[in-house]
Amino acid sequence: MFGKGFAPLSILTAVAVAAAAAMVFFYAPLDADQGFIQKIFYVHVPMAIVGLLGFVAGGIFGFQHLRSGDRAHDLRSYVAIHLSIVLAVGVLATGAIWAKASWGHWWVWSEPMLTSYLIIFLLYCCYQPLRFSIEDPDRQARAASVFAVTAGVFVPVNFMAVRAVESVTHPRVLSTAGSGMPAEMAVTFLVSLVAMALLFATLWKLELSGKQAAIELRRLRARLELDAERSEPLADARPAPGAAAVPAGQ
Amino acid sequence: MPALPLDAAGVFVAAAYGVFLALVVLYVGIIGSKITRIERELRSLNELVRRSDR
Repeated sequence: MFGKGFAPLSILTAVAVAAAAAMVFFYAPLDADQGFIQKIFYVHVPMAIVGLLGFVAGGIFGFQHLRSGDRAHDLRSYVAIHLSIVLAVGVLATGAIWAKASWGHWWVWSEPMLTSYLIIFLLYCCYQPLRFSIEDPDRQARAASVFAVTAGVFVPVNFMAVRAVESVTHPRVLSTAGSGMPAEMAVTFLVSLVAMALLFATLWKLELSGKQAAIELRRLRARLELDAERSEPLADARPAPGAAAVPAGQ
Repeated sequence: MPALPLDAAGVFVAAAYGVFLALVVLYVGIIGSKITRIERELRSLNELVRRSDR
């Protein structure tokens, strides 16, 4: 069900990631201000954008689950959020490395972009404990979807609020006035963004297929065990070979 | 801050890309181990079906 088209997608992802890596190190020019350190930008920013979009996608799937009751949407939402949390860890780690190299500090609390991303990350860290604290699968899926929708709405609102604040340190990459990057840098950034999005889609599909297979297996095992239990009393009731049949009524 | 020299900057860039690579490898490794477990379970189910057919 979820594994359809996985092979071509993974090949496309491998090609895109290789192309992005080659462009980052052999095509994009060195930044006049930051020098070689600016290369972190091509992994940090696409990871941040794709991670945030993954959280929003989790909210959309959660909404679809609440509307239709289809558990497949809940599974899609769960995996999208799970994967986005992994990307968020990467964003915070690469951001801290970049901050140390260019600002001299691992973390700057007065910087709205950093702090807001940390808040979003911490918010989504509550998703899994909330989900797995509920045993009933239907209630679990419903509560998780409500969380995904609420937090999914918070992500763009939070992003816009941060954009409204005039930042003095964190650079703006995407704006209506243009990025201010040379064309080579902009193209490299776009290829990196596409590669990251494809990587997200591939890993999302991989985890979904694994989860779906595990669910089907559990279902199959339960059914087989039930069948075995049903057939056992029948086997016990059958007369042993050579034993006299007991007439009914005695 | 002025731009770092290439050797100092290289360490930070390698660390950032290393974190990204490590996360992807770890993630794929965890999913891979789960798929291996599913395969093992599938084999045991096949065995169960074979025994119930006999």
